[in-house]
Amino acid sequence: MAKSITVDDLDIYYGDFLAVQGVSMTVKARSVTAFIGPSGCGKSTFLRSLNRMHEVIPGARVEGKVMVDGQSLYDSAVDPVAVRRQIGMVFQRPNPFPTMSIYDNVLAGNRLNSKKMEKSEADDIVERSLKGANLWNEVKDRLGKPGMGLSGGQQQRLCIARAIAVEPQVLLMDEPCSALDPISTSAIEDLIHELKSEYTIVIVTHNMQQAARVSDETGFFNLKAAGQPGHLVEFNSTQKMFANPDNEATEAYISGRFG
Amino acid sequence: MSVTTAPTRSASRSVSFTAAKLPRFAPALVAAVSIAAAALPVLFLGWGLVAWAIVAGLLHLVALPLWARVVEGSRGATDRLVTGLVWAACVIAIVPLASLLWTVVDRGLPRISTTFLTYSMYRTDLDQEVGIYHALIGTLLITLFAAIISVPIGIMAAIYLIEYGKGNRLARWITFLVDVMTGIPSIVAGLFAFALFILIFGPSTRVGIGGSVALSLLMIPIVVRSTEEMLRLVPDELREASYALGVPKWRTIVKVVLPTALGGIVTGVTLAIARVVGETAPLLLIAGLTTRTNFNVFADRMTTLPVLIFTQNANPGIAETPGGMRPGLEIAWGGALVLIVIVMVLNLVARIIGRVFAPKTGH
Amino acid sequence: MATTVVAEDTGQGKPRLGDRVFSRLALVAGIAILVALAAVFIFLAIEGVPGLAKPAEFYGEASSFWGYVAPLLFGTVLAAVIALVVAVPLSWGIALTVSHYAPKRVATPIAYVIDLLAAVPSVVFGLWGISVLAPRLSPVYQWLEEHAGWIPFFAGPASTTGRTILTAGIVLAIMIIPIITAISREVFSQTPRLHEEAALALGATRWEMLRLAVFPYARSGMVSAVMLGLGRALGETMAVAMVLSAGGGISFNLISSTNPASIASNIASNYKEGTPGKIQVLIATGLVLFLVTFLVNFAARWVVQRSERRLAR
Repeated sequence: MAKSITVDDLDIYYGDFLAVQGVSMTVKARSVTAFIGPSGCGKSTFLRSLNRMHEVIPGARVEGKVMVDGQSLYDSAVDPVAVRRQIGMVFQRPNPFPTMSIYDNVLAGNRLNSKKMEKSEADDIVERSLKGANLWNEVKDRLGKPGMGLSGGQQQRLCIARAIAVEPQVLLMDEPCSALDPISTSAIEDLIHELKSEYTIVIVTHNMQQAARVSDETGFFNLKAAGQPGHLVEFNSTQKMFANPDNEATEAYISGRFG
Repeated sequence: MSVTTAPTRSASRSVSFTAAKLPRFAPALVAAVSIAAAALPVLFLGWGLVAWAIVAGLLHLVALPLWARVVEGSRGATDRLVTGLVWAACVIAIVPLASLLWTVVDRGLPRISTTFLTYSMYRTDLDQEVGIYHALIGTLLITLFAAIISVPIGIMAAIYLIEYGKGNRLARWITFLVDVMTGIPSIVAGLFAFALFILIFGPSTRVGIGGSVALSLLMIPIVVRSTEEMLRLVPDELREASYALGVPKWRTIVKVVLPTALGGIVTGVTLAIARVVGETAPLLLIAGLTTRTNFNVFADRMTTLPVLIFTQNANPGIAETPGGMRPGLEIAWGGALVLIVIVMVLNLVARIIGRVFAPKTGH
Repeated sequence: MATTVVAEDTGQGKPRLGDRVFSRLALVAGIAILVALAAVFIFLAIEGVPGLAKPAEFYGEASSFWGYVAPLLFGTVLAAVIALVVAVPLSWGIALTVSHYAPKRVATPIAYVIDLLAAVPSVVFGLWGISVLAPRLSPVYQWLEEHAGWIPFFAGPASTTGRTILTAGIVLAIMIIPIITAISREVFSQTPRLHEEAALALGATRWEMLRLAVFPYARSGMVSAVMLGLGRALGETMAVAMVLSAGGGISFNLISSTNPASIASNIASNYKEGTPGKIQVLIATGLVLFLVTFLVNFAARWVVQRSERRLAR
């Protein structure tokens, strides 16, 4: 049920400020695509434009096309709320809902949309999602406890479980491991590997080793100059990017010779 | 810590970490000496305990910095003086509060009885017992209706300011006017309700709901402010998490934002109620005065507890026994005790709610 | 294909309707506040403006509205200023104790007690002021008249009941201490920890640290706290109405009973015998009070905003 995403000449603005310019790429279905690049180069902004989350910030708008499965996301008839149901997102810092238990957190996407469901169906979704997020064994005895009581890594996996509980087509991850310790990071990376058999995954990361470990394809974003908009420098298979990139700037960045 | 000699520069290059300092027990010692010294004039001139305390306090306030000046230098002395002054401010402020609470309990408690709480002031015979039941009902109903008016408006307005308005021109105006409203004197709120109701219903209108309108004018800004603050505390990450699950904005607000902020909002509302429940001036104008119990806020006069206290104090009547407390004052103090208990309980409830509803961390 | 987004989209009418209704409700509530405030102005104006120009007999001894309201305004401001003079140093002292001086297990109860003070209804303060504080202060006033009578404030003759403008001011002071303390405490404790530590690392004593790091940071907050306290003191009705035995005109003599009432207390004590005409005069004085408190609050806001801009620079 995973879908591919085609982006064609996308510009992203905040008010009059052009943040990202002229990005074109195709994100393959059932694969992991990683975005790397220095801070402030627009990779998170670009990621958020893939499920129209950037619109939460007033004044944000895009020009260009994002096509999922042959439909333009920015068509006037398209409801951003519906887009986000199909394209889920996991954030930099784990953000379980503090008023809800682990169980309710997983069901939040369904419950908040007031989907009526049987208890058995709900139990089913919770178990499936938590298993999918490799969290089931750790929390199955305390599903009624608050989600905030888990460790950071567990909270992040809970957020992933929450995202996949609504069965999206695509999963966007915005630096999902940057607030976690190495052990939790490795657990999340393993999880990403497993999830890609079912979902299209796009991940933004600051950590190049992580990009190399988890992704099939990698995009390198950079600023043309300070104050200039960010743009996509190179988009290639991860193997090629890290072994023999086409672009000099990419090589400089990856090998750490970046000024 | 002991008194050491001042560091000498000549001691080659070694650095001295000791500086002349008063011993740790110095404040206590000075306090003891001050108390003792103050006892002398008190004993000889026959002053009271209060004077003794004041003289001793002043002596301490002066003596400790003086000693510090000799040993530690002027910087240390200033520091000690300020410390003394700061603590003195605390003590001075607590004295009236203690006196007030003590007086209210001391004078009010003897009057409290089931009769006092369940009888109104209406009597057909001078020998009948009187109580404050009518005022309790009045306070309860008028405050309740004030809350019914102001809580929805206050919370929704705060939601507009935080979730929808976010810095647009209208939101800035509303924020400004809420500030203005915070500063409205309660008597002006009363005059407004009074002007409104006499214009519409005739010059002798006195009705409970008028009091509710006046009180809600005072309550709304408090509710808006506290709700605003609480909504602002809800991290944007939670809103984003909800949006990313494909939840529409209004459901995000109702199901995620409001529950997260609920404890704070309820606390704010309860404190707002506690604040207006003791209001006197507006109700004096518009709710009027009666000795009977009235359950209908939409018709006839209604007395509230604060108004009762005020009027009983103003017209206390004649004491039954010469030198005894006048009956009106007895009722006023009894009413004051009940009123304070109500306000304190509301405050306590607000605190407890704030704690119980605080987002669960699981720790 | 079209099954994914569009299929969901057809069902989108509902949540969008919900969004529209909900945001409309929020907007209406916001506008209700504008309307309420406008209504306050309009109704006070309708009933009050006629009170500005009544025949002379409505204004008692004064012959015009301004002659009537001037002493009341003076009384209002005088009582409020006395309250500030007493309350401000005490409040800052308490705020500092709680934020910087007292250890936590002492600071918490002190803060709690001061919050309690804020919760006491004004009518109870009035009751306490007239029956406990005023009699206690009466001998003090006599002493002041005898020994400090050369100061115009204490010229006397001292009131025997103690129900003077000074007593009223002190009661007001006790009432506004919690407000000023609460805000000052907040700004004191928000001083960046790093600034304080920087000052201490330079070898500053605690007081020098406060002067170097805390006060510059907290100044605008302290000023606005005082202004808010002033606004409250100007508008407070019951304490003054109950404590002060008013009479006479403009005078700086604080310990005799020849001081004018405040606007608010004058309304509270005179509304009852009011004929409609007299009540219009009272509402007009209320309008004056509203404007004064509005200006004070406005000034407070302006001070805060100006300094916020300065800090942002």
